[in-house]
Amino acid sequence: MAMKVLLNCHFRRLAAIAAAVAAGLLLSGCGAGLPNADQGVEQGVLLFGNGAEPKTLDPQRATGVTENRIISVLIEGLIAYHLTDDNLPEPGVAERWEHNEDASVWTFHLRGDARWSNGDPVTAADFVYSYERMLNPAFPGEYAQMLYIMENAEGYQNGEVADFSRVGVEAVDDKTLRFRLVGPTPYFINMLKHYSWFPVHPPTIEAHGGRFDMSGEWTLPENFVGNGPFTLTEWRPNQYIRVTRSPTYWDRDRMRLNEVYFFPIEDGNTERRMFDSGLLHVTGTVPSNDIPSLRRDKPELINIDDYLGTYFFRLNVTRPPLDNPLVRKALNFAIDRKAIVERVTLGDQKPAHAFVPEGFNDYPNPRVLGYDPGRARAYLAEAGYPGGEGFPSLYLLFNTSEGHRKIAEAVVDMWNRTLGISMQLENKEWKVYLDAQTHLDYDISRSGWIGDYMDPITFLEMFTTGNGNNDTGWSNARYDELIAAAFRSRTQEEHFDHLLEAELILLEELPIVPLYWYTRIRLTDPRVRGWYPKLLDNRPMKHVHLAE
Amino acid sequence: MDLKNPRLSPSAQRLPAPAVDLDAIESGASLWQDAWHRLRKNHLAVGSLWVLAFMALFCFVGPLLSPYDYFATDLEKTLLTPSRQHWFGTDDLGRDQLTRVMTGGRVSLGVGLIATAVSLLIGVVYGATAAYVGGKADAVMMRVVDVLYALPFTIFVILLMTLFERSIVLLFVVIGAVEWLTMARIVRGQVLSIKKQEFVEAAVSLGYTTRRIILRHIIPNVLGVVAVYATLTVPAVILLESFLSFLGLGVQPPMPSWGSLIKLGADNIQLYPHLLIIPAFFFSLTLFSLNFLGDGLRDALDPKSSKD
Amino acid sequence: MFKFIGRRVAQSVIVLFVIITVTFFMVRFAPGDPFSAERKMPEHIKQSLMAHYGLDQPLLVQYGRYLGNLLKGDLGPSFTGTRSVNQILAAAFPVSLELGGWALLIALGIGLPVGIVAAVFRNTLADYIPMSMAMVGICLPTFVLGPILALVFGVWLGWFNVSGWFMPLDRVLPATTIGLVYAAVIARITRGGMLEVLSQDFIRTAQAKGVPFPRIIVVHTLKGGLLPVVSFLGPALAGIISGSFVVETIFQIPGMGREFVNSAFNRDYTLVLGTVILYAALITAANLLVDVVQVVLNPRLRFEDS
Repeated sequence: MAMKVLLNCHFRRLAAIAAAVAAGLLLSGCGAGLPNADQGVEQGVLLFGNGAEPKTLDPQRATGVTENRIISVLIEGLIAYHLTDDNLPEPGVAERWEHNEDASVWTFHLRGDARWSNGDPVTAADFVYSYERMLNPAFPGEYAQMLYIMENAEGYQNGEVADFSRVGVEAVDDKTLRFRLVGPTPYFINMLKHYSWFPVHPPTIEAHGGRFDMSGEWTLPENFVGNGPFTLTEWRPNQYIRVTRSPTYWDRDRMRLNEVYFFPIEDGNTERRMFDSGLLHVTGTVPSNDIPSLRRDKPELINIDDYLGTYFFRLNVTRPPLDNPLVRKALNFAIDRKAIVERVTLGDQKPAHAFVPEGFNDYPNPRVLGYDPGRARAYLAEAGYPGGEGFPSLYLLFNTSEGHRKIAEAVVDMWNRTLGISMQLENKEWKVYLDAQTHLDYDISRSGWIGDYMDPITFLEMFTTGNGNNDTGWSNARYDELIAAAFRSRTQEEHFDHLLEAELILLEELPIVPLYWYTRIRLTDPRVRGWYPKLLDNRPMKHVHLAE
Repeated sequence: MDLKNPRLSPSAQRLPAPAVDLDAIESGASLWQDAWHRLRKNHLAVGSLWVLAFMALFCFVGPLLSPYDYFATDLEKTLLTPSRQHWFGTDDLGRDQLTRVMTGGRVSLGVGLIATAVSLLIGVVYGATAAYVGGKADAVMMRVVDVLYALPFTIFVILLMTLFERSIVLLFVVIGAVEWLTMARIVRGQVLSIKKQEFVEAAVSLGYTTRRIILRHIIPNVLGVVAVYATLTVPAVILLESFLSFLGLGVQPPMPSWGSLIKLGADNIQLYPHLLIIPAFFFSLTLFSLNFLGDGLRDALDPKSSKD
Repeated sequence: MFKFIGRRVAQSVIVLFVIITVTFFMVRFAPGDPFSAERKMPEHIKQSLMAHYGLDQPLLVQYGRYLGNLLKGDLGPSFTGTRSVNQILAAAFPVSLELGGWALLIALGIGLPVGIVAAVFRNTLADYIPMSMAMVGICLPTFVLGPILALVFGVWLGWFNVSGWFMPLDRVLPATTIGLVYAAVIARITRGGMLEVLSQDFIRTAQAKGVPFPRIIVVHTLKGGLLPVVSFLGPALAGIISGSFVVETIFQIPGMGREFVNSAFNRDYTLVLGTVILYAALITAANLLVDVVQVVLNPRLRFEDS
């Protein structure tokens, strides 16, 4: 019965271990009690669903919206986000500015009370340092191209220009910053709202590895120095990021929020449950099948805003039969975009009748595309495939996601039924999908594009010949000319004229199938105030507050 | 065959006295006949067999009889609850759920069958051999299993899927190739304990080849545990397929599988429960049947398990 | 026994080395790289980025450097985040360990008794009912059970938080989700194993001798009956700890499951290797433990190894 003794020993030991663990747990597990939604309203703490864990908080290394939402509360650029209209500028670090006659030289005057969170004043030299860092060939700034609008910036980055003082940015004095641009750029102000133009605090960077250090040590809460309305207080990876009202921010007296928690929740249903159980004020998304019932039963909670982006399919024009413009037109006119938006995506998106989304002041979006099955069939017949006969089976490529899958299944079925062809679906995981798209190893590929700043050119320049984001194999010399001319236009009117003509070419040749223009759908606690629909979804958090 | 338990089947009792014909005494036929006989008496197991047969018919023949195609969307009729036109309702693209559940069953049953068979085959032979042979060979074989176990499954699947493009059969094989590892370990454990039993020593002293001992003596005695574990592998395999679809590595849309249908249902529990309840019901029914069948098989195949 | 353990540890090191090497080269063959993104960056920036992390060196050189760093305990930087792999794993592993521990406790606490009772009262209601309920755990995968539990106990009843890993009670729902699924499996295997032993002759002998039934169960049957469970637990343990991707996603838990899967999808080579190494070490240790326990439970086995 040694066995019995052994078992007893084991059980006793197991029990002891279990008890110890349980005790340890109860004692240690007392994590910070996070405020729930009600407590948040009382304490002025906003609970925000941010969709994913940010990869970095360094504005010169960031590339995504997730990162931007947090970076833009920690750091402020020359121009800040306007409260209600993304077309309009709002003074940020710069309190006023002027430009020369053809908008190729801009001068910004920085406000005197702009400070970094350690008390240092924000100076023009800080901006120059930041741009040099971004453009330095030894620094892999993934969004450096945004800065190419400055004279010699591109040259500096690819090594042709060795001396940074030749690049078109200059600290005239502590509070005056001057830009020399490659050409007239009337919309330069809008570009400056992008985080790639944000400054960083030079002493902090230098103290934590130097300009080219990739470890991101300076972005840790204990080191981070920013000049924005909030400071970085706590960063618990995959759990939350907490920011606190900055005591040094120049506009702090108008702020009424004390803290913001950013929760990196990837699963839409988890977010929904958190919101329903009172743990969030604002969600990042809403599961699409929930939207109709929410709009019907709880319209005060659901918030749908237009978002500056286009959901579209790329067509690989190097592969027959997609090299035939008639085929591409057939594909475009055979889709009932209204049905997709009303039945599949359910988020009040706008069926696209062009490529560039609506929402720009004064840009006359053309109306070209629509649903016309008869016309579509006629195009297909003209292309040599009457009734779909002889049309090869093509694949629609998309990356893994419930949303993309739903849309792809619906669209493929529409094409098949309307045109009598037999398209199929191909679902690939993210990196494989990207790889296939970059190497033109696809027939039709699902894509999306969000505007970087408020100008249509951010949507149109990618289709120039050889552009890294073209990925369709399409090339049109006249289009290239027009885009180049748009970059050199002296007036907004001339600028838009060129862009419109270019877009019309794009919509005639159709190397793409635009589907709809995005909306952002969120669940929002009605006690959140100061929250206005913004096309670029850039919210000046300093104006947001909570009230009963 | 248990020499100590002389319950031979009636037919064997009537055989003429053998001139030491080992094959006749030990022929698998009487073991299997015996097992089948016992199985037939187990009502639960027989019932399960019928259910599974119905399920197979339902999934493989059913879609041919349905007026709807599993991929035919109808955007005017999305998310309908069960009605006369759509006995199981429609999904979020207006497709008929009945047809999709039937078609999904093809994938799930297929995966269940093929992947489990693959894993069974490889796992049982590998594990039994390793345990029986013992020594250094056993150590090496089990270390190989350890290595394979620790390799990141996700990467492995990504690689295979990219190399071999869009193939359903490959998917089944990949899943089977992952599951055999656990089977091998379990079988090895069982065999190690059987190895020490007297009838095996008897066989060895009678001079039988290793191969014969493994195939005729060891494996039949392991079948009980294997049967049970096989009935656990099937649901694991079906769910693994759905997990792969969840990650974008499974069956290509619009082809459904019970796993992907259940996943869709789980996302919409609150508002459209019919999307979950119906595929989950079929899935569970199949698993319950496999479970009882597995138990029945184990009882039938175990020469010592009697109900007296 | 100690010679056995020593031998196995030596073997484990070799196994680990093979795993690291195979994984290292395997991940490089998957299409894509850590830095490919929807918005393309200029080629020279991409080159600069790759050079920064040493990814432009020949593969064998990278392999050598990786091994060198590994021996110093440095698992390298993560290509898709700010922390180093060491920091990521140091944060995620304890979380997964805890989650797995609770889940295992629940699984064993429910599964073992159910399996034993079902085997003892075989083919009666006391067998069918618990086993059917246990089946539910197998039929409802974690991605169904999790949301249901979160909905019922989190949203409707409000007894627990629907997600997060902050308060002690946050452990309950995710651990239960995983635990219930494994409880079902353990119940089935236990029942099977117990039945195997119960049908053997020495049990009949003991019954004939007049040994009281409970004593038969505990003293004679348990250790043999638990054998298959133990065999199963080895890999299951490691699996529970690192394979809880779905539960971690549903309940927003900063554990290793998500790192494991996401690193593969992001082609974050160093993180993939880091998680694999940890996972492999776990499995090897678990397997070793299981083998030892197997012998303890079944003296006939002795330490069967070269």
